[in-house]
Amino acid sequence: MSRSEVSQGGALLKAVGVGKRFGGLRALHDVSLVLGEGTITGLIGPNGAGKTTFFNVLTGIYKPDAGTVHFSGEPLPVGRPHAVATRGIARTFQNIRLFSNMTVLENVMVGRHVRTHAGVLGAVFKTAATCREEAAIAASARGLLDYVGIAGQAQRIAGTLSYGDQRRLEIARALATEPKLLALDEPAAGMNATERTQLADLVRRVRDDGTAILLIEHDVKWVARLCDRITVLDYGERIAEGSPQEVLAHPKVIEAYLGRGAA
Amino acid sequence: MNARSRFINWGAAVLVLALPFATHALLGQGWVRILDFALLYVLLALGLNIVVGYAGLLDLGYVAFFAVGAYCYALFASPQFDLHWPLWVLLPMGALLAACFGVLLGTPTLGLRGDYLAIVTLGFGEIIRIFLNNLNAPVNITNGPQGVSLIDPLHVGPWFLEKTYHVGGIEIPLVINIYFLFLVAVGLAIRLSQRLEGSRIGRAWAAIREDELAAASMGLNTRNLKLLAFAMGATFGGVSGGLFAGFQGFVSPESFTLQESVMILCMVVLGGMGNIAGVVLGAVLLSVLPEALRGLGGLQEFLFGKVWVDPSNLRLLVFGIALVLMMLLRPEGLLPARARQREFHESQ
Amino acid sequence: MDIFLQQLVNGLTLGSIYALVALGYTMVYGIMELINFAHGDVVMVGAMVALTALQVLTGWGLPPGIALAMAVAMAMAVCMVLGLAIERVAYRPLRRAPKLAPLITAIGLSIVLQQLAALIWGRSYRSFPAVLPADSVSWHGVIITSIQALIIVLAALLMAVLLLLVKRTALGRAMRATAQNPGVAQLMGVNTDRIIALTFALGSVLAAVAGVMVAAYYNVGNYTMGFMLGLKAFTAAVLGGIGNIPGAMLGGLLLGVVEAMGAGYIGDLTGGYFGSNYKDVFAFLVLIGVLVFHPNGLLGSRAREKV
Repeated sequence: MSRSEVSQGGALLKAVGVGKRFGGLRALHDVSLVLGEGTITGLIGPNGAGKTTFFNVLTGIYKPDAGTVHFSGEPLPVGRPHAVATRGIARTFQNIRLFSNMTVLENVMVGRHVRTHAGVLGAVFKTAATCREEAAIAASARGLLDYVGIAGQAQRIAGTLSYGDQRRLEIARALATEPKLLALDEPAAGMNATERTQLADLVRRVRDDGTAILLIEHDVKWVARLCDRITVLDYGERIAEGSPQEVLAHPKVIEAYLGRGAA
Repeated sequence: MNARSRFINWGAAVLVLALPFATHALLGQGWVRILDFALLYVLLALGLNIVVGYAGLLDLGYVAFFAVGAYCYALFASPQFDLHWPLWVLLPMGALLAACFGVLLGTPTLGLRGDYLAIVTLGFGEIIRIFLNNLNAPVNITNGPQGVSLIDPLHVGPWFLEKTYHVGGIEIPLVINIYFLFLVAVGLAIRLSQRLEGSRIGRAWAAIREDELAAASMGLNTRNLKLLAFAMGATFGGVSGGLFAGFQGFVSPESFTLQESVMILCMVVLGGMGNIAGVVLGAVLLSVLPEALRGLGGLQEFLFGKVWVDPSNLRLLVFGIALVLMMLLRPEGLLPARARQREFHESQ
Repeated sequence: MDIFLQQLVNGLTLGSIYALVALGYTMVYGIMELINFAHGDVVMVGAMVALTALQVLTGWGLPPGIALAMAVAMAMAVCMVLGLAIERVAYRPLRRAPKLAPLITAIGLSIVLQQLAALIWGRSYRSFPAVLPADSVSWHGVIITSIQALIIVLAALLMAVLLLLVKRTALGRAMRATAQNPGVAQLMGVNTDRIIALTFALGSVLAAVAGVMVAAYYNVGNYTMGFMLGLKAFTAAVLGGIGNIPGAMLGGLLLGVVEAMGAGYIGDLTGGYFGSNYKDVFAFLVLIGVLVFHPNGLLGSRAREKV
C-alpha cells in the first residue's frame, strides 16, 4: 500500500482491485479507492476513463468481475442497488434521472421510502402510525427541499424544473435516504459559474453535516478547490491518487489531460 | 369541499342508488343484470389498474386470478364435492389464493422487461385455463369443460340474495340485491385503491413506473414492490371471481379466456390508466356498450324493414371500430391520470 | 425412435408456419416496439382469401397447381394492402402516444377483422379444396406427406430470401437503421414512414403465405383461426428474442417441435396422468423457463441501459 492510501480518520469506503469488462472492452482494471468519513473525494479523468462505470459498480448497478468493496467495514452487496442504498450510499446520475412526472416533493418523499415502514395494511386502514409516518415523511422532504434551496418549487412537476434545480432536487432525493456516502455523478455539468459556486457550498454543507462525498467532475479547477482527495482514472486504470496539489502535479495526470508530449 | 362539488357528490350517490330501480322499471331484469356485470368488471378493472396503472406492469393474463377466485368459490360451495362453505370464508380464501398465484407467477418473472412480462402473464393465463379445462381426469376436480354448476347462491348473513324482497311496496329482486352487494364491493375497492395510491407504497410504485433504475438506486426493492402490486391486483381478481361464481351459479373455463383479459386491459387503458374515475368509466362503458349494441338488429328492422347484417356480428364489429376510434381520438384515455396527461403532451 | 422422428417432422412443419408468422411480429416490434395484435387475423384473411380464390379458380377448370399459385398470389396481395391499411389507420397516428394506446387499437382492429371475416365467409368452418396430391413418402416408418414437404421447403426458401433482403440490400439496411434509431435514420435520409409501411407489407405477405399453409395443412379455414396461431407465433417471436429476425425463425421452429414432442410424449412422461391436451401448457412452460434463464429470448441482444 502506497503512502497516499493511508486513510485519514476511519475508512468509510474501501474498494480494492475492482475490475469490470464489457465483452472485449476493459472498462475498469484493478481500481482501488479508499475514502474517509467526513471527506470530499473527487474522481476525475478524461471521457471514457471508467468513472461512471466505477460508480455503477459501487452502487450495485453493475457486478464487478474482480475486486472487493467494503463499506463501513463490511462487504457491500453486489449487483443489488436497493441493498446498497439501504446500507447508506445514495447517488445522482450523470443524465439526471428524476421521476419526472411526479411533483418535486413526491420525488424527495420517495427517497424517504428506505427509512420508513408503512405497509399495505397501514395504508388501507390508515392507521394512526401510518398517518404520523406520512406526515413525518412530508415534513422531512420539505426540510430537504429547503436545505438545497428549492422549497418554493415543492408542488411543481419535477420534469419542468430548470436544469440546475433538477440537479439540486436529485441531491435532495438522495439525501432523503440518509446516506453516509453521497455519490454525485457530474453534479456541476451544464452549470454556470454562479451555480457552480452555490453547488460547491451545498456540497461542503452536506459534508459538514456528516455525509462523506464522492464526486465525478470534469472541471479540474473546481474539483481541486472543493475536494480533500482526488483519484484519477484513465483507460479504466487508476493513474494517480492524493491531495489536489499532488495529483495535479503528477506527470501521468498532465499527460492524460493534455496529451503525450505536454508533460 | 365546496357546496357545488358536495351537491354533485350527493347527486351522483342518489343516481347510483336509484339506477337499478329505474332500470328495472324501464328496461327490465336483463338490463339490471348487465349493470351487475358492469360492476363486476369495474372491480376487475380496478384490480388490474393496480398492476398496469400504478406499477406499470403489462399483465395480459389477469383473468387467471378471476378464474382462481371463481373456482375457489365454485368448488367449496356446490355439490361438486358436496361442500357448502359460507361467503365470508370463501371470498377471503379466494382472494388469498389468487394472491398466492400472483406471487407464484411473479417471483420468477418480474425481472423481465415489459413486453416479455406481458407474454409470460399471457401464457400463465392460458395455463390456468387449460388446467381448468382438463382437470376432470384422472381425478375429477374441475369437471372439465362442462364446468361446475348448482353453485350456492350468495348469502350475506341473514340476507338471501336470491329471494325477492319487498320494502315499502318496492320490489327488490335478485338482480337488484346483487347490484347492491357488488356496489359495496366496488365502493370498498375504490377506497382501497385511493388509499394505496396515496400511500408510501403507491408512491414507490409510481417511482418504479417512472424510472425503475433510479427507484432501485433510492433503495426501493423493486422486485418485492412489483410482487406486491401483482398480489394486490390478484386479490381484487380473486374476490370478483367469487362474487361472479355465486351470482352466476355456474362457472366453466370458457369464461376465463385470453379475450377476457384483453377486454379488462382495454377498460383500464381506454378509461385512463392510473386514474380511478377513468378506470370505472372505461369498465362501465366497455361492458355496457356491447349489450347496448344488441339493439342494432331491432334498429335495422326499424330503418330498413328487415335485418340485413347478422346483429351479433355487427355488434362486435361496431364495438371493435369504437375501440379503435376512441383510442385514436383520446390516446391518453378518456379520463387520464394527471401525470399521464403530462407525459403525453410533453412528448408531442 | 419412430415416434420421435415423426413428431420432429410434424413439429418442423408446424414450426415453419409459426416462424413465418413470428417474423411479422418481430419485424414490426423491432422497428416500433409494438405488439401488432391484429397480425394473427391478417394470417386468417390470407387463408380465407386463398380458400375462396381456390374454390372459384378450380371451379373454372384451372389446373390445381396454377390455381393454387394464383390463389396464394391473391392472398399475398390482399394481405399486403391490409397490412398497409392497418399501419396507416391504427398505428401511424399513435406513434407518439402512450405505449399502450396502439395495443388497444390493435385489439380493436383484431375484433373488426374477425367480424368482417365472419360476415363475408360465415361463422362455420370451411374446408380447403384438396388441390395438393395426398402422396407421402415413408422412410424408416416416418411418414412425410407432400404438403409437409412443401411447407417446410417453401418456408425455408422465404426465410432465406428475407434474410438476404435484410442483410444485403439497401432496403434491409434502412430497415435495420430505423430499428436501431428512427430519429437518426431519418437524419441520414431514410424515409422512416416508408420503411415502417414496408415492414408491415413484408410481414403481411409472409402472414398470407403462412395462412394458406395452415389452411392447406389442416384442410380447414375459419374466421377465428388467426387468434391462436397469432398467439403461438408471438410466443415464438419472444422465445427467439423479440425484434430479432433469426430469433423469430428459431423460436418458431423450436416452438413447433416442442409442441409436437409435448403432444407425443406428455402421456408417457407423466405416467398417463396428463395427455396431449396439455401440449399448450408444455409450450408456455418452455417459454417461461427460457425467459427466466434468458430474459431476452434465445437470440435477443442484452439491452443494457445507459446509466
